[in-house]
Amino acid sequence: MKPTLLDLPLQADDKNKRIINRILNTPSLLVGSIMLIILVGLAVLAPFISPYHPSDQNLYAILQPPSSEHWLGTDQLGRDLFTRLIYAARTDLKIMVLAEIIPFCTGVFLGMLAGYYGKWIDTLITLVTDTFIAFPFYLIVIIVAFASGAGQRGLYITFILVGWIVYARVIKGLSASFRKQEWVASAQTLGIPGVKIILRHLLPNVLPQAVVVLMTDMVGLLVAIVTLGYLGIGIAPPTPDWGTMISDGQSFITTAWWLSAVPGLAVVYTGIALSLVGDGLADLWRRK
Amino acid sequence: MKTALRIENLSVHYGKFTALDNVSLELQQHTTLGLVGESGSGKSTLARVIAGLITPDEGQVVLGSQTLGKKRSREQHKMIQMIFQNPDSSLNPKHTIRQILAEALLFHKIVERSGVDKRCKELLARVHIDERSLDRYPHEFSGGQRQRIAIARALSVEPSILIADEPTSALDVSVQLSVLELFNHLKSELNLTLLFISHDLGVINAISDTVAVMRHGKVLEINPKEQFFTHPETSYSRELLAAVTRMPTSNIEGGIS
Repeated sequence: MKPTLLDLPLQADDKNKRIINRILNTPSLLVGSIMLIILVGLAVLAPFISPYHPSDQNLYAILQPPSSEHWLGTDQLGRDLFTRLIYAARTDLKIMVLAEIIPFCTGVFLGMLAGYYGKWIDTLITLVTDTFIAFPFYLIVIIVAFASGAGQRGLYITFILVGWIVYARVIKGLSASFRKQEWVASAQTLGIPGVKIILRHLLPNVLPQAVVVLMTDMVGLLVAIVTLGYLGIGIAPPTPDWGTMISDGQSFITTAWWLSAVPGLAVVYTGIALSLVGDGLADLWRRK
Repeated sequence: MKTALRIENLSVHYGKFTALDNVSLELQQHTTLGLVGESGSGKSTLARVIAGLITPDEGQVVLGSQTLGKKRSREQHKMIQMIFQNPDSSLNPKHTIRQILAEALLFHKIVERSGVDKRCKELLARVHIDERSLDRYPHEFSGGQRQRIAIARALSVEPSILIADEPTSALDVSVQLSVLELFNHLKSELNLTLLFISHDLGVINAISDTVAVMRHGKVLEINPKEQFFTHPETSYSRELLAAVTRMPTSNIEGGIS
């Protein structure tokens, strides 16, 4: 038999270059990533950036407007607002990331289980997710936060309990469509067990979509953390947190509007950054 | 000649629809059985039952002397491999060619981990794919190349029976020819026992020793290729043969011998 030639010439090995080019050609990802890097940089380097401590009070310099000494002014206890803002970013971003890890893993895994196996596993998982969806999200959050006690522990318990739902629903649909693909049938023909097919074959295929959902969900989670802080059942003072900062500044909204506006804008900034990264990643993976 | 695979009274129902209706047939060792029939005749369902992807409602599949139950052993899975119709979806898009081939090799302990690379290259060479392609992803290949990689994966575990479910129907004619050439070459080189499904009688003629005809979930006729093409037994087979479009006589040489 005469040898069959390759139908296409092999391309040069420039994978890394191609990846960098694709990122550079996705403006939303680029802008979102830069915004996030700035935010995370400020949060991580907070003790080196600010000369003040977030709890240091100076009752001789309360409610001062922005100046060269206090870039964003001071609050009602004379604490430097910029320092509290970046220390609050540390608290809120840390909780946002840590509180997403377990729900993300659980939701993605349960979603893949339901989508791949279908039948009673799907019925059971769908029943639980539909039950949670039937209640307004904030009602569940407030009930669980009250029941488990205010503070960070309560926030983690709340999000572990309800955070996985969104992933399970999205990933279930995706996995059910992948289950019909012939590459899954090929793995089944080889005799590879279901759990291995889920982890080795389905996971890399559903992960991009899961990460896009993660970015959107983190925005929701951040808003929930801030809301609980604002309502007084989130992070307890004196730990700086954007929610309590908005709440504390509310009484001075007519005289020192920046006390509430600045942490509010920080939430908006983070939300925009995460959304841009999510959109950018979705764009990037769609174009492949 | 020994029987490699025996299908006994297989029936599969999807609700009220009968996909397979009491199907029985035998596949002899080192021969190719061409399975023809119109769309919806039950060809792919039969292939999937044999490959263990669908559990039949009635009947059994006997491989050599072993009856294959609902739950197959690793060794039984290894013995029957399948190549699917659509080259666009038969390879995991997130796995490199190395991962695709290595998974089969390691799962069935065909080679040690240290020998995987060498074996992968041999498999690619067997299906005429450049061995430097190991770190590439399926989307970097054409349909014909992907189908050849799927063939390499199926062959990697050294199965005793290979099922090819319309492996050329999604390919254009020139690529079809190269894949069929490859099948013919592998048949003689590896002494394969092959169940080849197609609705294209030209393809069946090029590759089969025996032809089985299916319609409405039933096997209507099983005969040696020569007899099927010259003296078809049933009126449906005659209709199928009559429906083949004829080319004008040409003196261009080539095709599959």
